[in-house]
Amino acid sequence: MQIELIYILILAGFVGFEVIRKVTPTLHTPLMSATNAISGISLVGSLVAAGSDNETAQILGFIAVTAATINVVGGFMITERMLKMFKKKEKK
Amino acid sequence: MNYLTEVVYLIASVLFIMGLKGLSHPETARRGMHFAEIGMLMAIVGTLVSGHIVTWTWIITGVAIGSAIGAAMAIFMPMTAMPQRIALSHAFGALAAVLVGVNEYIEKGSHHELSNFLMSAIGFEVLFGALTVTGSLMAFGKLSELIKSAPITYKGQNFINITLFFTAFGMFVYLIFFPYNPVIFYTMIGLALLIGIFIVMPIGGADMPVVISLMNSYAGLAIAATGFAINNKVLIIAGALDGASGFILSIIMSHAMNRSFTNVLFGAVGSSQVDSSALAEERPITRVGIEDTKFILEQADRVVIVPGYGMAVAQAQHTVRELSDELDKRGIAVEFAIHPVAGRMPGHMNVLLAEANISYDQLLEMETINPTMDSVDVCIIIGANDVVNPAARTDKSSPIYGMPIIDVDKARTVIVMKRSMAAGFAGIENPLFYETNTKMLFGDAKKVLQELVAEFKK
Repeated sequence: MQIELIYILILAGFVGFEVIRKVTPTLHTPLMSATNAISGISLVGSLVAAGSDNETAQILGFIAVTAATINVVGGFMITERMLKMFKKKEKK
Repeated sequence: MNYLTEVVYLIASVLFIMGLKGLSHPETARRGMHFAEIGMLMAIVGTLVSGHIVTWTWIITGVAIGSAIGAAMAIFMPMTAMPQRIALSHAFGALAAVLVGVNEYIEKGSHHELSNFLMSAIGFEVLFGALTVTGSLMAFGKLSELIKSAPITYKGQNFINITLFFTAFGMFVYLIFFPYNPVIFYTMIGLALLIGIFIVMPIGGADMPVVISLMNSYAGLAIAATGFAINNKVLIIAGALDGASGFILSIIMSHAMNRSFTNVLFGAVGSSQVDSSALAEERPITRVGIEDTKFILEQADRVVIVPGYGMAVAQAQHTVRELSDELDKRGIAVEFAIHPVAGRMPGHMNVLLAEANISYDQLLEMETINPTMDSVDVCIIIGANDVVNPAARTDKSSPIYGMPIIDVDKARTVIVMKRSMAAGFAGIENPLFYETNTKMLFGDAKKVLQELVAEFKK
């Protein structure tokens, strides 16, 4: 079970390396905000904590949910806002 | 964890990867982001319906507050504040990881279920998470000028940092074998928080691209560790992607400055070499006025603009676009040469110029533009200094020797827009200013550009 998780980590790391190496330098800032939004996936763990029946977990989970949601919502929105700006001028 | 949730997480992971893949070109980028967004939504809904949730109050409140703050930040923050925003979001991401880790420690600890493996994961998670939280907040403070952005150094700094780090690491190792010791656990978190502050304190503004990238990487690693701690594969994959991204960016940034990670983290550039300027000060420079600049530009066929942090500070990107339009009207080709570490974060200049409506195919990388530099008639440098300093190529004694630069000195004429003769961030003398083909145009970048555009419109 544990070794399986390590497999996933290493393979995902390789995929990430290959995919991100090809990201155009022009989009490096949107890349940062996008990976930020994606790493807001920790929301998934935070939700379970905030939704449990234990009071401490609820409070810790609540703060974590708030922080992660800021990243998910804010991250994707700002990435979109930036990407909208990258336009190609129509040359006549 | 039921199978349906697992499948949803798998699809989400694939969508994340496809999302990042889209960023390889501006044309596919937005579609890619939609994939990633769908993935995120699926993962969240999948978790909510998985049957693990028993109370909803905290979830709804947290999501509501988080969405409001996140959306407000995304809508109202100006593009010039982007480096700060990115730094801040690393802090949020890492904070979430730390809290989930602490919760896991408390819960599993109360049932005596902390295996060595689990404790390693939790320890790693809170250690990296905590130092990213304060490190990113420090970076945020420096970028938004809440804290002095110049390096803060003192005697024995590296010794203190290293001692702190090894103490925290020692506690981590101890906990793996003796996990039921909350005092050690929380002290370790406290130390990690301190390390984050101390590690960023001596790093100056121009090195921020590396710091931001490193923090991006750390935040990702903390998320991946969270995945190990709560046995959640999508967290591991997303964390690995984030970690890889930050890592690659850090490497690109360090290469672009010809420095190693260690040098950035422990080097504190700019604190020691402010004295080298005195002797060169007397060499003659050539000044140029607005009218003459216009005249020089009108004679050109190909103009390259090199923007730097000074352009961002002066918020001159829109005026730069106006100038570019004026030149374009006269049939003069305009390109932008962008150094990887120009500005305060990876891609900083590109975002600002794109905001000003400059077509992305006009934004060229250093490697693309350098071989063609001899055929450039006029090169305009706006608020950039170290990234165009030829001493990096020629002067072995220069602190930036070996750093790849944009070879602006090879252009027929170089016009440097600069506030004054003051040295750049690192206090390094720039021989470019004394070259015979260099003309200095002094003044605030935005004001000078506005005057120049007005001159063209006459």
